[in-house]
Amino acid sequence: MHYQSLSISDPADLIFGLAPKPVTTRSGMVIGGGTVYPELNFTLPPMRIDAATMPEVRRNYEQIIEGALRRAAELEAPGVVIEFETLPPMTEHPAWGLDIVKTLLDGMQHEKDRTGLKSVLRMTPNDNREFERPPLMRHGYYWETMLELFDGSAAGGAELLSIESVGGKELHDDALVNGDLAASLFSLCILGERDMRFLWTQLNKIADKRGVKCAGDTACGFGNTAMVLAEQKMIPRVFAAVVRAITAVRSLVAYECGAVGPGKDCGYENPILKAITGYPMAMEGKTSACAHLSPMGNLAAACCDTWSNESVQNIKLLGGMAPTCYMEQLAYDCRLMNTARSHGKESARQLQRWLVESDVALDPQAFIISPASAVELARVIVASDSHYHAGAAVARKAVELLRAAHSQGKLHVAPNEVAWFDTMQDVLDELPESESEFIARQLALADRARFLPAEYGLEA
Amino acid sequence: MMNELHPLTKAIIAGQRKEIASLIQQCLAAGEKAGDIVEKRLVPGMMEVGERFKRNEIFVPDMLIAGRAMKEALKILEPLLVEAGVKPEYRAVIGTVEGDLHDIGKNLVAMMWKGANIEVIDLGVNVPPAKVVAAIQQHNPQLVGLSTLLTTTMPAMRDTVKAIRDAGLAVKVVVGGAPTTMEFAKEIGADGYSPDAGSAVDAAMALLQGGK
Repeated sequence: MHYQSLSISDPADLIFGLAPKPVTTRSGMVIGGGTVYPELNFTLPPMRIDAATMPEVRRNYEQIIEGALRRAAELEAPGVVIEFETLPPMTEHPAWGLDIVKTLLDGMQHEKDRTGLKSVLRMTPNDNREFERPPLMRHGYYWETMLELFDGSAAGGAELLSIESVGGKELHDDALVNGDLAASLFSLCILGERDMRFLWTQLNKIADKRGVKCAGDTACGFGNTAMVLAEQKMIPRVFAAVVRAITAVRSLVAYECGAVGPGKDCGYENPILKAITGYPMAMEGKTSACAHLSPMGNLAAACCDTWSNESVQNIKLLGGMAPTCYMEQLAYDCRLMNTARSHGKESARQLQRWLVESDVALDPQAFIISPASAVELARVIVASDSHYHAGAAVARKAVELLRAAHSQGKLHVAPNEVAWFDTMQDVLDELPESESEFIARQLALADRARFLPAEYGLEA
Repeated sequence: MMNELHPLTKAIIAGQRKEIASLIQQCLAAGEKAGDIVEKRLVPGMMEVGERFKRNEIFVPDMLIAGRAMKEALKILEPLLVEAGVKPEYRAVIGTVEGDLHDIGKNLVAMMWKGANIEVIDLGVNVPPAKVVAAIQQHNPQLVGLSTLLTTTMPAMRDTVKAIRDAGLAVKVVVGGAPTTMEFAKEIGADGYSPDAGSAVDAAMALLQGGK
């Protein structure tokens, strides 16, 4: 493994606002340098996106950025991360995406000129490669338009590059609904790892060329899909929690390829990654209920460096337009964390403990990303000699931690989920030691109509 | 209640695929017709599985195990069913609307419907309205399911329902997905709405049986 030791080994140091390797932006924000910043993400209300509606699309983004940044300035936010996560047509037609990049950057510059508000743009093109079924991961129209958008955005002033990459997802959805831990491991640590390495090597070249930063990826389509399915009682929470632990091995690859953070907000695996890499991380929790529910609304903030809302539609609420309202919520949450930090290390640690304690015993997924668990999981990842072995080891450790916490009365696990500890352990016990043997076994089981092994550098 | 169930029904519920063949042979040897085995032994098993899921006693993976046992049973019975002209009572076409790639919700609904013995033709994701219309004309379903997860593909859902109506196709349309609501369903002319995959069978049956 690229990382063979931890950057943070004491859970108490896995704390909001501080990262061993902070990121400094052009505007002077130091993310992970002692201040937690709000990170706002937004999307359009129900409307079509095409050439004819682009003026209206642009008006929406103008309204979003103007209202949200004005409120951030009024609340004296120390700085703001703006995330522009494109919708599929904006990646497919890079000119449309770049049009909105310019709109947002103009709005950010306007507020800087008006009030001095610091801000930075995180650019997150939607990963359209799934539009081909089976997906073409390394070439073709969707790959090329996506890279064109990344490059154009970086050239245009977007300073942080991120993506919710989808490599391996074509098999992982089935792994989740079947409760198939081996298939999940194959998707994340074999397919996902290979795709991430290819993708992030390309993104790092763009970042180097344009003088911007690779920020980070997320296993959103994997771990968050599991989380939402568990929230809907479709799959067991303990299973989703173990999948979450494995996702850290996949998301880690971005940092192995040059990403420096802040990690992408919806990567709930980020505490594990912060412990390993020392880079700052975006997190989201209660303030992302506008996009999806989660069982760790407070705990997720325990080690955040930016605090996000995932995504909110540009619709009118009683308080104002929704992105403006969410900017206010984020700004107040950050103000509280920054106030705790201003009172010294012990005050910050007290707030960190409260954020953790309020959620940790109530849900396996919260438990698994708590600072204490995150450090233990991170430790087994860096002690492994391959991503496959890291995935298997972190899954075993996750089962062990969850089972022990449950048996000690420290974690609530629903009665109909307890048998899943044995189910998962049996699967893990039967994993072959050899990665090539595992790949051959899973390739024999996988639905070949859904994916192309060659797109992952695997022999069919 | 479990004790009152037929052994084949119990095997379906427990997902005991290896037991299925011999239990079906026992039913056939006892003179039961293939259609009756489906209707009285298999479907009640899947319905019980669905009820347990609705009561949050089991999870989707458990349902899929039962579903595979059901599939095993149908594979054995299929020649007899074809010979007797027995078909599933209902057929559905399902897809995620144009511009949207999210398919896990749609897949879960398809699975639920299959478990309720509805024949499902899955058109996949990013399905243009014309393809939905063509599939309806080809397969003659009683039911169409449309899914979306993005706010920006909700207009495509409206377009699809309009295309179905404009084509004059007598089919019930049920919609779902995170940004959709009952009000939206009504507004675009859909017949039904399912807030989640777990409610999809109830939504379908309300339309299908209400429309008899």
